[in-house]
Amino acid sequence: MTATLVRPPGRRPVAAGPIGGTVSVRSVVVGLAGLVATAAVAVFSISHGSFTIPPGDVVDTLLGGGTAAQKLIVLDLRLPRILAALLVGAALAVSGALTQTFARNPLASPDVLGVTNGASLGAVAVIVLGGSSVIGVPLAALAGGLITATIVYVLAWRRGVDGYRLVLIGIGVGEIAIGGVNWFLVRAEIIDATRATIWLNGSVAGADWDQVRPLSTALVVLLPLAVATAFTLQALQFEDDVARALGVRLQLAQAAVVLTAVALAAAAVSAAGPIEFVAFVVPQIALRLCGGSRPPLVVSAVLGALLVSGADLVARTALPGRELPVGLVTAIVGAPYLLWLLVRTNRRTT
Amino acid sequence: MVATVRPARRAPVTRNRMGALIALVVAVFLAFVLSLALGAQTLSPAEIWHAVIAPDPGSPATAIVRDLRLPRTVLGLLIGLALGAAGALMQGHTRNPLADPGLLGISAGASFAVVIAIQFGVTGLTGYIWFAFAGALLASLAVFSIAAGRRGGPTPVTLALAGMAISALLSSFTQSMLISDDASLNVFRFWVVGSLSGRGTEVAVEVAPFIAAGLILALANAPALNALGLGDDVARALGQRVLAARTVGVTAVVLLAGAATAACGPIAFLGLIVPHAARALTGPDHRWLIPCSALAGAATLLVADVIGRLVVRPAELQTGIVLAAVGAPFFILLVRRRAGVVKL
Repeated sequence: MTATLVRPPGRRPVAAGPIGGTVSVRSVVVGLAGLVATAAVAVFSISHGSFTIPPGDVVDTLLGGGTAAQKLIVLDLRLPRILAALLVGAALAVSGALTQTFARNPLASPDVLGVTNGASLGAVAVIVLGGSSVIGVPLAALAGGLITATIVYVLAWRRGVDGYRLVLIGIGVGEIAIGGVNWFLVRAEIIDATRATIWLNGSVAGADWDQVRPLSTALVVLLPLAVATAFTLQALQFEDDVARALGVRLQLAQAAVVLTAVALAAAAVSAAGPIEFVAFVVPQIALRLCGGSRPPLVVSAVLGALLVSGADLVARTALPGRELPVGLVTAIVGAPYLLWLLVRTNRRTT
Repeated sequence: MVATVRPARRAPVTRNRMGALIALVVAVFLAFVLSLALGAQTLSPAEIWHAVIAPDPGSPATAIVRDLRLPRTVLGLLIGLALGAAGALMQGHTRNPLADPGLLGISAGASFAVVIAIQFGVTGLTGYIWFAFAGALLASLAVFSIAAGRRGGPTPVTLALAGMAISALLSSFTQSMLISDDASLNVFRFWVVGSLSGRGTEVAVEVAPFIAAGLILALANAPALNALGLGDDVARALGQRVLAARTVGVTAVVLLAGAATAACGPIAFLGLIVPHAARALTGPDHRWLIPCSALAGAATLLVADVIGRLVVRPAELQTGIVLAAVGAPFFILLVRRRAGVVKL
């Protein structure tokens, strides 16, 4: 008897040393197209500004050439900002893809784990109470996000964590944090309220190397971790019992996925504020472009970087002399695209 | 010998649904009376009775009850009923525990319209009502028509995703209008927190018919919603007209949540948690869940409003903040119980 291996259509076998599997051709095409577009946006964004540098010179400077003035503008002023946008986008998108798969809910985003709202509470508290000189808004946001997510996880623990209960407790705890944010906003002076509102909209405008370095370190550790959980994610998208039957150690796998998602979101929010919509929309867009049963991780990372860097470019060039918060533009760009994908899919299937 | 295998003995989770319904009616009544009695000045039951039955124009108790507390309490009752029922409907129709009554774009549409109203120089809470209602209506209409395919109507997933996308788009527009306009932000930030205070009798009278119609539609929609919970195809095979049931349900949500948001600002969170709490009492049957969720919503909102009046006397804490501070911890405790999580 010979066993017949049935390969799903549209997938090609790949092998790297002892690890092998199949890769969807469509995902590879979408991912590569996304990478090219992201690179184009990045170069254009660096070249564009109050002092325009031709794209050719930008590439030259990035590769080590260029004049001293070009080096200053490209490497010290504009590169950190675009890198922050790329990294934040990738982190949020992967965090969202992990959360949506684990919670088995397309509406889930890191918000339901309490990270975003907790980070907002930390940051707004520091802004309104005037402690920003002591602890710094990014650090307050990071602490707020991680503490809140820990509280959610601990409260959801009853001889193991059930995903459904975790989500319900997450929205409860998240709501307490939002209540706190609103309370601070109402009792704040209007100047502080405005500052807090700007932070709450999310922005990478002030990013410099001091913010990019920790963020990129976090991503270098966390993105491979996220991809490593992909094998268990494949099983986690089914019911808990099915996942167990498939040989997944449920609590361990869930904890790894939640921890990775929380850490990615916390790193991103602390660097740029809550750019909430990215974590929801990018995995859904990636899922619809690539097909499959759950949001793809790597393509989500690429498209997240593309969305946030593109939105940042629009945010700083759309209105002369004034910058929009990037968090607003991500929704204005991303939402219509998702709506169009929904309408198109509806037409085809009905 | 064949060994008989007995299923493992499990303590059944018994639910006394009639008992829960009666208890909730009593709770709403008590909350109603408390809301009339407590505040900056505490009134005795006798004083309330006289003020309601035999008003004496000269007495301060009559003025407090009839002019201030009665309109506010009636409004709280209406809004609580509306949000509780709308939340249960919305979670049923999207089959999603994260759905809140504002998900159809209602909160975001209403907020957007209110900011436009502020920019046009409309002032006063009553002035915002019709703007908010119109915004909620237009936004949810857009969500429904985008989510619906050519035929068959929207599926739970497309409804939820389209709602989320439209909401995000509209709130981005709202925020970008506010970010350059401190004066509007200063007005808007009080509207957006959500509160029952400062709304006179006319607000309650204006939204009451919409909420009544919405509640009737919601109750009528319950049996169909039970069938839809089995999946659209199964429901169709059982003889349900899926598109009609979906349309009735969404119309009810728009009437209920639209009127509530117009009257009190976006307090959608109430409609997110209350159905989960009610489901723990009644189980997933919508014929019980929708009335119980409505009553639980009313009781919760009235109690939160009373607490908001008491903690910082004689000033007030906004209802939305009290709900987050008191309602959310209670909800977390409930969910942590063994039988606390009833899946959709």
